[in-house]
Amino acid sequence: MSERGPFRHHGVQVGGALVALFVVAALLAPWLAPFDPHDVPTGLAAASLRPPGPPNALGTDALGRDLLSRVLYGGRVSLMVGVGVELVTALLGALIGLVAGYYGGWPDGLLMRVTDVVMAFPSLILAIGLIAVFEKPGLDKVFLVLALLGWTTIARVVRGEVLSLKRREYVQAARALGVPNLTILFRHLLPNCLAPLLVAATIGVGGNMVAEAGLSFLGLGAQAPTISWGAMLAEGQTFLASAPWVAVFPGLALMLAVLGINLLGDGLRDLLDPRFKN
Amino acid sequence: MLGELSQPIARRLLALVPVLFGISLLVFVLNAVALGDPARAMLGQRGDPEVIAQIRQEYALDRPLWSQYVTWMGRILRGNLGRSYHQQRPVGEVIAERFPATLRLAVAATLLAVAFGLAMGIAAALTPGSALDHLLMGAAVAGISTPVFWLGLMLSLFFAVWLGWLPVSGYGDGAMANLVLPALTLGALHTGTIARMTRSSLLEVIRQDYVQAARAKGLSEVAVVGKHALKNALIPVVTVIGIGLADLLVGAPLTETVFAWPGLGRMLVAAVGQRDLPVVMGAVLVFAVIYVLGSLLVDLAYLVIDPRVRRE
Repeated sequence: MSERGPFRHHGVQVGGALVALFVVAALLAPWLAPFDPHDVPTGLAAASLRPPGPPNALGTDALGRDLLSRVLYGGRVSLMVGVGVELVTALLGALIGLVAGYYGGWPDGLLMRVTDVVMAFPSLILAIGLIAVFEKPGLDKVFLVLALLGWTTIARVVRGEVLSLKRREYVQAARALGVPNLTILFRHLLPNCLAPLLVAATIGVGGNMVAEAGLSFLGLGAQAPTISWGAMLAEGQTFLASAPWVAVFPGLALMLAVLGINLLGDGLRDLLDPRFKN
Repeated sequence: MLGELSQPIARRLLALVPVLFGISLLVFVLNAVALGDPARAMLGQRGDPEVIAQIRQEYALDRPLWSQYVTWMGRILRGNLGRSYHQQRPVGEVIAERFPATLRLAVAATLLAVAFGLAMGIAAALTPGSALDHLLMGAAVAGISTPVFWLGLMLSLFFAVWLGWLPVSGYGDGAMANLVLPALTLGALHTGTIARMTRSSLLEVIRQDYVQAARAKGLSEVAVVGKHALKNALIPVVTVIGIGLADLLVGAPLTETVFAWPGLGRMLVAAVGQRDLPVVMGAVLVFAVIYVLGSLLVDLAYLVIDPRVRRE
């Protein structure tokens, strides 16, 4: 693959393009959005549920708000939760995986049993259960719950990698030379786990975005006036027969963003991990 | 064969103990954190102090946490999940009422996913690199990447609102027509993963010597694939089917909400909205146990299908 370079890989090309589009649209939403996404126009009857067409390229919702502007702003929430949660879970998972894999023995046994238990729950079900603990749902709780539940995959990946790395000669040599454990963990082991970590984290971002949208769709995530694609879809369901565009566009944006992330993640795996090459 | 299997089965059953213990501990802690004082939560702020004291004693709330856990676990093991605040009846009863609808949906989704997934995977593997292969695998990736609730809305829009072939939502007193769209929606992700796994597994097996030998003997392509290749190719597919159970459970609250399906998932979501915590905890516990037992069944199926696993 290397002789063709990473940017010749189809998955990375298409996925990367979709992800770039998503990130740019989300970051530049305030400049790209033609209208204020919260603005309820006067003369509601005429503006409500207007089908796509000038001046509202994607139509309007029940309150006459411009859908294109709302989809753009919704991307910001999706991006923030997707990447933000993944930063926390990747850090947590990497730490747990490093400690479990390197020290072995009872810390490994304990940490892996905890991982087993968290993984034994279908994650969205547990997330819904955890949301119930709070008086009121909200995006901050979604963030917290997803971060609390999301670290297991990365912990497993890093642990597996460390288990095989720690038997290598360079690690044995470092130990024999009396290099402190912390230095071995962070200077010698962690950098060599980065490739699989990056792949797992990329795919994790997509998972977080779908989870956030799902919880918001169920009314357990973002609350008005926060704009979330999931919450927009819940609204769209009400008007599915009379104004399908309200449900079509936020979901299409979510699907394309997640598709792009998955393609990019799969492509990175092909490129970085020789075991997955055909 | 049973004698040969009893040891690995026992080992797997034993491995379940810490997982189930952990699940119960987690739900118990959630319960304790969420409720603060369950007696007060049950009766509200204006509860009669005397009744509160009585409940505290009954639920062992005046004793240390580990003792409360033992009492709570004892009740759970006897099938007592507590009472719903909202409906004022046992949680077990509420769950038992909703369970059949979810089971029916999950079974239908699995059947559809296995049927479509296998067909798509086999067709793609027999014509690798063709337009059909690309089309089918593209559809599989789309099935995996499409968020289940949006897929549900779009299927509903297309087949119910525009074409009018199927009902938009509802249980329809158990009518088959009402089951089709929810089952397709819930099974979509699963269909995609099964199709991809079948294709790659079959392609791998077809290259092996014994399949080439069957071909060289002059067997027809149908016999080669159907009788010789498929048997071995399906082993990893069984694992994927098992892993898919988790996706079915995760998809249940979303799919059931889209289609107003009266199952456990929608009950869970409604209970969270009403902060009916005994129902929430009961549902989470039931989902987790179903999931764990489901993975166990897949493990056992694996033991039966693949003799190599028995010797690990």
